[in-house]
Amino acid sequence: MLDDMDRRLLRYWQAEPSLSPGELADRCGMSSGKAARRLARMEETGVVQGVAAVVNWAALGYAVEVSLRVTLDKTQSTAFDSFLAEARRVPEVIEVQTFLGRVDVRLSVIARDMAHYQEIYRRRILSLPHIADIEALMHVARIKAEETLPL
Amino acid sequence: MIALDDLDRQLVLALARDARQSASALGKRFGLSQPATWRRIRRLEEAGVLAGRRLRLDAERLGFGVTVFLGIKLARKGGVSLEDFERAVSAIPEVQTVEHVLGLYDYRLRVVARDLPDFERVLRRRIMTLPGAGEVEANVLLSEERLPGPIGDIR
Repeated sequence: MLDDMDRRLLRYWQAEPSLSPGELADRCGMSSGKAARRLARMEETGVVQGVAAVVNWAALGYAVEVSLRVTLDKTQSTAFDSFLAEARRVPEVIEVQTFLGRVDVRLSVIARDMAHYQEIYRRRILSLPHIADIEALMHVARIKAEETLPL
Repeated sequence: MIALDDLDRQLVLALARDARQSASALGKRFGLSQPATWRRIRRLEEAGVLAGRRLRLDAERLGFGVTVFLGIKLARKGGVSLEDFERAVSAIPEVQTVEHVLGLYDYRLRVVARDLPDFERVLRRRIMTLPGAGEVEANVLLSEERLPGPIGDIR
């Protein structure tokens, strides 16, 4: 189980994921040995899964991002599995989520521009199996993106 | 715009998986010297391709069993400013991400909660009471995967 000290470490760390373990210990007013032991334990137990670099696709020329909300034809028992397997093979799909609700699956699709998006949508997305309905939300701006937990 | 070669692409992929790898460890893996690796990473950061880091935590093990995506439509009649709405929604600790979108909804939110009753509390007390919030659609997240993206297509 986690205690208040563990939570404090995680709070500071998720606010500044580039901090070294030593800096983190300083911020939390802990000795670095103590902090290191706690951090190591949280990685062992899987609470901490890792630190990932954030790739900014816009800086690589991918200016368009679209959320595609897909409803599947659930009369087909394999609809989810075969749709997901095919969707993963589209390189421009950067995120796949499944839901309980009106939407079954959401795909995050990136493209260089609208013409490129049109091409991906027509050639790769509409040909995915078992789609009953599809809705698009076009990303305008990210207002909050840190994805932190309220620890 | 920045042009990437094969080694840059491999570095981006490797760091997107684990950002804590040292320049010397990465260099060894890709046959580069430590300073050459460091310079490449530096260049990718300066070009904004590597835009910071994200700590990946297991939300469920930390007691957040429910993640819900909300589509929110603003009620236009009141003439509320987008800035007011955005400021208020971003200040809610359970709201992890806020995206301004075009289409069926105006905003897309990612919300975490301990369980469904906790989510209901956040929804009723904090989100439905936001200035200008209109129609809301909720979808409970069941699974999620992040894919490497078209990094191989970048020239």
